[in-house]
Amino acid sequence: MFAVLQFPGSNDDRDMVFAMKSVLGADARLVWHKDAELPAGTQCVLLPGGFSYGDYLRCGAMARFSPIMAAVTRFAAAGGPVLGTCNGFQVLCEAGLLPGALLRNRDLAFVCAPAHLRVERVAAPFTSRATPGQVLRIPIKHGEGRYHVTPEKLARLEAANQVVLRYCTPAGDVTDAANPNGSIGNVAAVCNAAGNVMGLMPHPEHAVEALTGSTHGRVILGSLLDFLGSRR
Amino acid sequence: MSGATGVREPLVDQTLAREHGLSDEEWQRILEILGRTPSYSELGIFSVMWSEHCSYKSSRVHLRNLPTRGEHVLVGPGEGAGAVAIGDGLAVIFKIESHNHPSFIEPTQGAATGVGGILRDIFSMGARPIASLDSIRFGPLDDPKHRRLLEGVVHGIGGYGNSVGVPTVGGETGFHECYRGNILVNAFNLGLAPADGIFLGQASGVGNPVIYAGSKTGRDGIHGASLLASAEFDAESDAKRPTVQVGDPFTEKCLIEACLEAMRTGVIVGIQDMGAAGLTCSSFEMASRAETGIEMDLDCVPQRAANLSPYELLLSESQERMLLVTRAGEERQVLDIFERWDLDAVVVGRVTGDGRMRVHWHGQTVVDIPVDPVAANAPLYERKQRVPADLAARQKLDLASIEPEADPQAALAVLLDSPNLGSKAWVWRQYDSLVQGNTVIGPGGDAALVRVKREDGTPTRKAVAMSVDCNPRWCWLDPRAGTIAAVAESARNVACTGARPLALTNCLNFGNPEKPEIMWELAESIRGLGEAAEALGTPVISGNVSLYNETSGRAIFPTPTIAVVGLLDDVERHAVSHFEVAGLAILLLGETREELGGSEWLQLRRGLEAGLPPSVDLAHERRLQQLLAEGVASGLVRTAHDVSNGGLAVALAECGFTGPAGVRIGARVELADGIRPDALLFGESTGRVLVATGNPDALLERARAAAVPARRIGTTGGSRLVIRHAPLTVLASGGPAASEVTSLIDAEVANLEAIWARAIPRRLEQAG
Repeated sequence: MFAVLQFPGSNDDRDMVFAMKSVLGADARLVWHKDAELPAGTQCVLLPGGFSYGDYLRCGAMARFSPIMAAVTRFAAAGGPVLGTCNGFQVLCEAGLLPGALLRNRDLAFVCAPAHLRVERVAAPFTSRATPGQVLRIPIKHGEGRYHVTPEKLARLEAANQVVLRYCTPAGDVTDAANPNGSIGNVAAVCNAAGNVMGLMPHPEHAVEALTGSTHGRVILGSLLDFLGSRR
Repeated sequence: MSGATGVREPLVDQTLAREHGLSDEEWQRILEILGRTPSYSELGIFSVMWSEHCSYKSSRVHLRNLPTRGEHVLVGPGEGAGAVAIGDGLAVIFKIESHNHPSFIEPTQGAATGVGGILRDIFSMGARPIASLDSIRFGPLDDPKHRRLLEGVVHGIGGYGNSVGVPTVGGETGFHECYRGNILVNAFNLGLAPADGIFLGQASGVGNPVIYAGSKTGRDGIHGASLLASAEFDAESDAKRPTVQVGDPFTEKCLIEACLEAMRTGVIVGIQDMGAAGLTCSSFEMASRAETGIEMDLDCVPQRAANLSPYELLLSESQERMLLVTRAGEERQVLDIFERWDLDAVVVGRVTGDGRMRVHWHGQTVVDIPVDPVAANAPLYERKQRVPADLAARQKLDLASIEPEADPQAALAVLLDSPNLGSKAWVWRQYDSLVQGNTVIGPGGDAALVRVKREDGTPTRKAVAMSVDCNPRWCWLDPRAGTIAAVAESARNVACTGARPLALTNCLNFGNPEKPEIMWELAESIRGLGEAAEALGTPVISGNVSLYNETSGRAIFPTPTIAVVGLLDDVERHAVSHFEVAGLAILLLGETREELGGSEWLQLRRGLEAGLPPSVDLAHERRLQQLLAEGVASGLVRTAHDVSNGGLAVALAECGFTGPAGVRIGARVELADGIRPDALLFGESTGRVLVATGNPDALLERARAAAVPARRIGTTGGSRLVIRHAPLTVLASGGPAASEVTSLIDAEVANLEAIWARAIPRRLEQAG
């Protein structure tokens, strides 16, 4: 079962449940931020986009202190898969479950647009359905999505194969012009050293139906589904 | 009722009443209603309730002639918003509202709270807001003040809309000298509710508790409606900044979820947003609709500032607040839900049966007045009207004396580079248009198209289309004809997706109604609105009037913003506004007449804003819209794009630009016609739509059967837009000779798109 966390300011929580449940046919349910434990049977935790607690201080800064995050931290430490999208990515960085931080976009403006992403790491549980170098078209929508680590840290992340997705051109070239927010190394997604926690700024839950623009989000969400299936 | 309330309050007399914007006649009326001098709080209540903004005292006599009923209409004007049934037990609830004056004074907060206010109008009726549109208008972008206003307003709309989880799926952005002293910010929202689960703002059931929920009350926004929105601007208007409210989208998001959850308990009997005039307006309106009274204790109201006076508590326009009435004894269920969302919710009063509003504070009665004379029987004015003295001069245009366009290609570039016709992506890229996962056609299309998903997350096959439109120049040249054209265009845009127009909402932005010329414009516009709504079968189910859009005596152009909403039964069968495939036939539906009056070309190439706007044939419009719906449903029409500002040349270029599918496609077009070529390319005749189809013969046959003029004008494909002209006289004699066909446009679509894309960004990048 997928546990989709619901902070009071989550916006994409219901969309994530829709993507997992109605489109991919998985069991997914909302889990309230004030709960101290994840529901029994939780196999994967999804932190959706939004503004968790209004985020007037800093995106995700308050959410890490919510009761449910202690349970998520334990779940991740035990090897459970945890995926944070957009605000969820920011929360995971604030909570120390992922390296780095997300700063205001380079041009200081919110951006909602389709993004092209080159797959840099093909591995369970997040990208097993992808092929190396595959270009995914998944939308972004954020004001604070500029991924930041020191260049040295980035080199270590790259060496450890922790960079999962990079912003690229439709042809797959990683260029500055294809970087929508100024992220270092065009990084759009990273995972932790163990590979069971990933954060990404793009929104796979908004790319699951051709009717609404793209189905490439299923590559990521479907990989998680495969992973859970393989462990059952 | 003496002044012994413990705080120092000013002496209430006629002078103070005038300062509150009340006329001497209105002051006399207050004395008659009460039989005594009002208390300070009471004076404040009368002044806001009888303000133009809250009472519609200048427009009501005209508005009541509008068609508001229809087979699908569930709730018409008078509530927070109107509601229309869409089948499957569902209803859409929508409205558009202005936030012009506050946005000019404080663009970011003014626009943000405009979005917040319209959202509350929608979810207070039991609907989950599923789509927002905005119509925003500014002065010229060479004015640094207006560059900052544009940036501020977009930041405000985005900052609020993005945070509450409601997609902004479309809108319009316009620029004109007439908005230099008064910008327009009109916010539209549409929500989805169970058809049998619509909530109204009614305080019914004597003895039922009245609950205040949401943000605490502060001193912000006092007299925003009465003094700011109901008077002209002058040099001192900036001093009114404290009357602008401050928005908190996080609280709004929680309020949406808490209210929708509370409504499912079944114990809420009435609910309304505390919008303009705050606690006063909401409680009076709720009591008035239910023909009851309310007794309220201001000491119970959650407060975020110390020592708030009763006057301030009653008139504050602090945002994100709701007033609810629940069944007596069952209020706990509702209070608990708000608590779960960490929101204040307290019982502040009871419903009474005596038709009076009684308000207590610190053990004193500070307000005791009858509800109906204040709310339902507010003053009503039949203001004087006069045709503007310069109207004939505005409308005078001798086309024969207008020099023909010598360089059509250069003219096209100038049009595409103008801020009014150029790409608005700079604006809408800053809005979340995707949240909720139902956006089939987002910003940049003729109309937005949003799939309908039930509250439990189950998708339906239905989709709702919506578009917001107005051509202010046309309305200035002829308010009635211009308004008819706005309704027709909005409905046509909706029809271009394949949807059938259902109903409309409107925001009437005008100058000072106390001037007979402005009142004439308003009355003419409302007349046109009624005619068009009737003819197109789109009743007016909600709306808003914003008057006094004037600064130092200069009024804006009449700007009746129209938003038509339509329904598409099968979302899989819809049309887009871009070419997506090469080799399709391009058909032009409708007729091109020699109409250049009020056109963009005339203004940009000849420096003239004059003439009569293009004529509108409403019967043709209805047939055209029907044809589009059938054409899309049968799969014949893949692309449909309304021909509007900038005419056919601009419309053809736009169809070729990179759309959501990521492709850019040229076209080869040959226009055979007897009218002057510049009118053919840039004239703005109404009732025209460009369509791309793989089966032109079948579509032409359908058009013939539907009595809609249609002809094949070209084919999609290639990287260039090529428009050639074959004068009709030559064709009639048996096909044109090669030498007689002239090339009007021959340009790379990529180059045209680059000009169009930079129109707004390049102006914002100017220094200053």
